[in-house]
Amino acid sequence: MKSVLTVFLKEVRENLRDRRTVMNTLLTGPLMAPLIFVLLINGIVARELDKADKPLPVPVIGAERAPNLVDALKQSGIVIKPSISDPERAVRDQDADLVLRIPESYADSWNSGEPAQVELIYDESQRDAQGSVARLRGILESYAQRTSTMRVIARGLSPTILRPLVVADRDQSTAQARGGMMFSMLPYFFILGAFIGGMALAIDTTAGERERQSLEPLFANPVARSKILLGKLGATGAFALTTLVLSIIAFSLAGLFLPTEKLGMSLSIGPHFAVLTVLVMLPLVFLIASLQTLAAAFAKTFREAQTYLSLLMFVPAVPTMLMSIFPFKTETWMYAVPLVGQQVTITRLMRGEAVSGSEIALCFACTALAAVLVYFITARIYRGERLAIST
Amino acid sequence: MIELRDLHKSFGTVRAVDGVSFTARDGEITGLLGPNGAGKTTTLRMLYTLMKPDSGQVLVDGIDAAVDPIAVRKRLGVLPDARGLYKRLSSRENIEYFGRLQGMDEATIASRSAALIKALEMEEIAERRTDGFSQGQRVKTAIARALIHDPKNCILDEPTNGLDVMATRAMREFLRRLKDEGRCVLFSSHIMQEVGALCDRIVVIAHGRVVADASPDALREQAGAANLEDAFVKVIGSAEGLAA
Repeated sequence: MKSVLTVFLKEVRENLRDRRTVMNTLLTGPLMAPLIFVLLINGIVARELDKADKPLPVPVIGAERAPNLVDALKQSGIVIKPSISDPERAVRDQDADLVLRIPESYADSWNSGEPAQVELIYDESQRDAQGSVARLRGILESYAQRTSTMRVIARGLSPTILRPLVVADRDQSTAQARGGMMFSMLPYFFILGAFIGGMALAIDTTAGERERQSLEPLFANPVARSKILLGKLGATGAFALTTLVLSIIAFSLAGLFLPTEKLGMSLSIGPHFAVLTVLVMLPLVFLIASLQTLAAAFAKTFREAQTYLSLLMFVPAVPTMLMSIFPFKTETWMYAVPLVGQQVTITRLMRGEAVSGSEIALCFACTALAAVLVYFITARIYRGERLAIST
Repeated sequence: MIELRDLHKSFGTVRAVDGVSFTARDGEITGLLGPNGAGKTTTLRMLYTLMKPDSGQVLVDGIDAAVDPIAVRKRLGVLPDARGLYKRLSSRENIEYFGRLQGMDEATIASRSAALIKALEMEEIAERRTDGFSQGQRVKTAIARALIHDPKNCILDEPTNGLDVMATRAMREFLRRLKDEGRCVLFSSHIMQEVGALCDRIVVIAHGRVVADASPDALREQAGAANLEDAFVKVIGSAEGLAA
């Protein structure tokens, strides 16, 4: 056991002296993802909020033909811009998001009680303009609704005659669940953090040692190779765990700066969340460290190992993507599958939903079992004669 | 004392070692001489249990390497062909790491590494990180860490490889000192003069087999040659792969 500790301490000490590894573990790994995340969410939120409140400039052709309509538009925050000569072209060239055209026949149709037509000129493929189009359409429709209601009353009828069916929205999602949907990428960022944090050491302690020709002298010492491997895995896991814990802390802090309440969501990222997340991630960190070391053991050079490990990094993205594309119901067996179990647990915790002790235990135990299994496979590779030979 | 009995090792169809037997005694320097590719490194790798022989037996101080490889490694100080150091550790830290892996206590590690650093004249580089060391400085560090546990048996694979004249002389001096301390010193080389000057016993290997095993004088007599160089060429069959 003492020799395991010796190897562990040496690897930690040596890698702490490598500025790039330290930067990756302490800074890039844990901070990059939350930073991008906060910027992204803030951007989306700010844009949506902007659109809803800001005055919307719209060029209107033939405004003088419908003074009442134009007044109604102004009251709803539309800024009437002067008429332009070729609205279709202006929209195609993206000089204008949308243009409203009131034809000459408008006043006649209106006065005679016929449906009066207005034209909305826009480009459906312009995602940016969609919000503005929907907003203007909504204002126009509510103006039409108001007018028809008044007309019906003027004829002595009940306005309910125009509304045979009323749809009432009863959204059952809690504010936290809406937040959770938005944050379904979060578990992936944590898992990615563990990958990045352990990567440098997994490569350095196996492929790196072999490339630098120090593995053969190391194996000449009277220590079983499985113990040397355990020390190296411990160091790799320790760095990955540091990255993970920092990344959870970073996310908790980042959560404070997210305008989630404006979107009608709430996140429960607190100490309870942090502790349980670290708990379910703990065996996964060592599973990842073992997998990375295993992949690195097959590589002849540092560079080759880097390639393998970068490819390995895409594996945890698979359950994340599947789960965000296909709606799913959480089933017990999911907790038993490494990666999926962590994904489900963290997502539920974040939504403020209860995860039972037995579910967490199942998740922990199954992932730990997988980690031990991969450790034994890696130890087997480590015992191979070829591993130590550099040339 | 090191005994090798009829070692065989093949890689695919290549018979790298094809029946090697010899004994290296305590208080003697035994030289393993052979051209490049003769099977010297593979023989040594089986000796320090990095590789398992296909057949044959390795005994170190009477312990069978196949039965108790850890006990064998405890009794060996090994300078392998690969002698990479940890660049981000100082020379002394490299040495101490191996001391701990040998299971030594900190006080013994401190006194032993101080003695080795003095004996190898590496006081000036001891606290420096090994990144950027010269070949000679690297070999000194590698030897010090290999001998940190005061092993009775010292195995050195081409210890003078890549060293300049001064460093080579110092290395030979050091090997003699190890012998005077009563250790069993086994080293490999493809340099005839070096083996002739240092060794009490010479084991000549060619094509994975031992072709001669004798003292330098006996070897000359056996080959009926006036000098060692001619004797080597005679027993090996050609001078290819050897250096004067």
